[in-house]
Amino acid sequence: MTTVLTPPAPVSGSGKAPRQLRPSREPSDRIFHGTVTGIGLFVLVIIASIGIFLGYQSIPTFRHYGLGFFTQTQWLPELDKIGIAAVLIGTVEVALVAMVVAFPLALMLALFITDYAPKVVKGWLISVVDLMAAVPSIIYGLWAVFLLQPHAIKLSRWLSQHLGWIPIFHVNTDPNAAVWQQSRYTSSVFIAGLAVSMMAIPLACAVMRAVFDQAPLGEREAAMALGGTRLGVARTVVLPFAKGSIIGGTMLALGRALGETAAVLIIISPAYEIKARILEAGTQTTSALIAANFGNATKSQLSALLTAGFVLFLITLIVNSVAAVVIRRSRSGAGTEI
Amino acid sequence: MATIQSLPTRPAEADLGPDDGGDRPVAPKPKVRKPRRTPNFTAEDWISLIGSVLSSLAFVTIVYEHILDGSGTIGFGLCWYAAFLVVYAAVVSVVHPRPIVLERLVASTLYLAAALVLFALGSTVFYIFAQGWRALVHVNFFTHDMSGVSPTAPLNQGGILHAIVGTVEEVGIAVAISVPLGIGTAVYLTEVGGRASSLVRTVVEAMTALPEILAGLFVYVLLIVEFGFSKSGMAVSVAMTITMIPIIARAGEVALRVVPSGLREASTALGATHWKTVWGVVLPSARAGLATATILAVARGIGETAIPLIVSGASSFLTFNPLNVPMNSLPLFIYTAYTTHEPLAITRAFGAASVLMVMVLLLFVAIRILVRQKGVRR
Repeated sequence: MTTVLTPPAPVSGSGKAPRQLRPSREPSDRIFHGTVTGIGLFVLVIIASIGIFLGYQSIPTFRHYGLGFFTQTQWLPELDKIGIAAVLIGTVEVALVAMVVAFPLALMLALFITDYAPKVVKGWLISVVDLMAAVPSIIYGLWAVFLLQPHAIKLSRWLSQHLGWIPIFHVNTDPNAAVWQQSRYTSSVFIAGLAVSMMAIPLACAVMRAVFDQAPLGEREAAMALGGTRLGVARTVVLPFAKGSIIGGTMLALGRALGETAAVLIIISPAYEIKARILEAGTQTTSALIAANFGNATKSQLSALLTAGFVLFLITLIVNSVAAVVIRRSRSGAGTEI
Repeated sequence: MATIQSLPTRPAEADLGPDDGGDRPVAPKPKVRKPRRTPNFTAEDWISLIGSVLSSLAFVTIVYEHILDGSGTIGFGLCWYAAFLVVYAAVVSVVHPRPIVLERLVASTLYLAAALVLFALGSTVFYIFAQGWRALVHVNFFTHDMSGVSPTAPLNQGGILHAIVGTVEEVGIAVAISVPLGIGTAVYLTEVGGRASSLVRTVVEAMTALPEILAGLFVYVLLIVEFGFSKSGMAVSVAMTITMIPIIARAGEVALRVVPSGLREASTALGATHWKTVWGVVLPSARAGLATATILAVARGIGETAIPLIVSGASSFLTFNPLNVPMNSLPLFIYTAYTTHEPLAITRAFGAASVLMVMVLLLFVAIRILVRQKGVRR
């Protein structure tokens, strides 16, 4: 401690650049670095190979069907009519319904947890949200089919009765019939979307909540000191601070909603048509299509399913990457120092 | 506010000075005045809130039958909420200015949203157990498999032992593969780095939400169709590994990044090699976070339905062999039992769902205990 460090005398000689230090690594370190780098690259290769593999496998399908693959609605391998137009639209519809339900609920829940909930409730609610994310999707599917659906179809019917002139709420049946056809309202995009929203809410909420908590305390207090209400603090400090994470978290949840399989598979009844009528029975999503048809698929049909999977892969990849970039940009000061 | 007002009333404290001896007669304890509580939600506010809730309920009950008949319980709830907002806004605006009215409306909406989500989750858990109960009371449900038992057989025959064993074994193998790879990747990203690290990070992040069905399809086409392996529990584990690695790597990276760099520097300053530092300091400090990452991945893997559906197939018999033979698992059992649409099979599905739910809950409690013990920031 008491040693006085004399500044090293400038090295006389020809070289003006500082001497390059090349500390020799211990052999154990060399092995360690090599192993860990190897693991990282191995994981990279495995994960990236999924995309490359799916893309490679879908070449024959694109050759055979061309762009018709994206415009054909039917999935009739026997007649050589295969396309994903209806399926893609069904996928997007289910995901959008899920996000319409999940986004406001996730945002409100996150804001409630950070700014409104009593302290005791707060920690408890955070674990509840985590638990919600851990519940298997098939369980949400059972819940939606048996518990939610009987109630939700009444709302569907009411909407189609009174707002049926809006195309998305229209149902091809007589909604005012004394004995209404309940089966026309079950297994719809709407019900599937509700089930998927249960999986989207915790994902979006967790991301938003984490960033809401990081909103600068000084600004919060300043807003409070100026006489702001909690709503005022949220509107002027918290939400603007977390704008990026709100978008990112929502997109992350959207990526999950697009790929959801099990819950959707047990709720919907398959129907291959392009329709906007979300309250009406029958739709199909990409992942449910794959799960339902891979079993008795021939080689060429399998290739078609892989192509559908490849399209789903590209969509989720884009959504997730954008979400990741948005979240990373919005987050500052990662890492902790002592 | 309250503390400022109460300050002048305590002059004794100021001239006490430092306590020097102890033999001085003990001064009478200064009367500690508790600061006046200034609740921002007074009794009056409570009354107006409860009154608004009740009056809107009464209003909707009367009107509902005539105008909104047939929209069911959900419709009733929505109407009640709309009526409540109107009534409450009117009541609050009698005494309070507009910002407070808005604040109150938003606060009540947020409380409602939280209650709604809690209710949805609570009803899910409760409903699964309420329906599964009839299957769970039979001991054979846990000790038998379904071989030779038809889906319509009464509940005192057959069971889900094969599915429980399958789930545990598949997840166990998947953990054994994905934990070293996932944590290794996290170490690579935080401790070692390199030219490829940002690429690895981007790919891992993007793959966290890889649809499980695609992982299943990949393994199905590559291992089973191309290389001719048979459908088996091992194939399920491999596909699960693909979905679990990104989760462990990503959550693990966060856990490693919050390890204070002071610890690393101290270890290096004491002459430890990099390997010793990581193994002896960094990883143990992040133990709870890494365990949480693992359990999160397990919770994701345990519920995957599409993967076993594609690469294993539902068998009805008990097997411990992960190779060569199809192996059932709990989510797949639930799915196949549901698709029979037989009431008894569906009861079994709910029973299996309860068991699955218990597993998830146990994992969850494990996370909470780990996190609390070490107090690691999540």
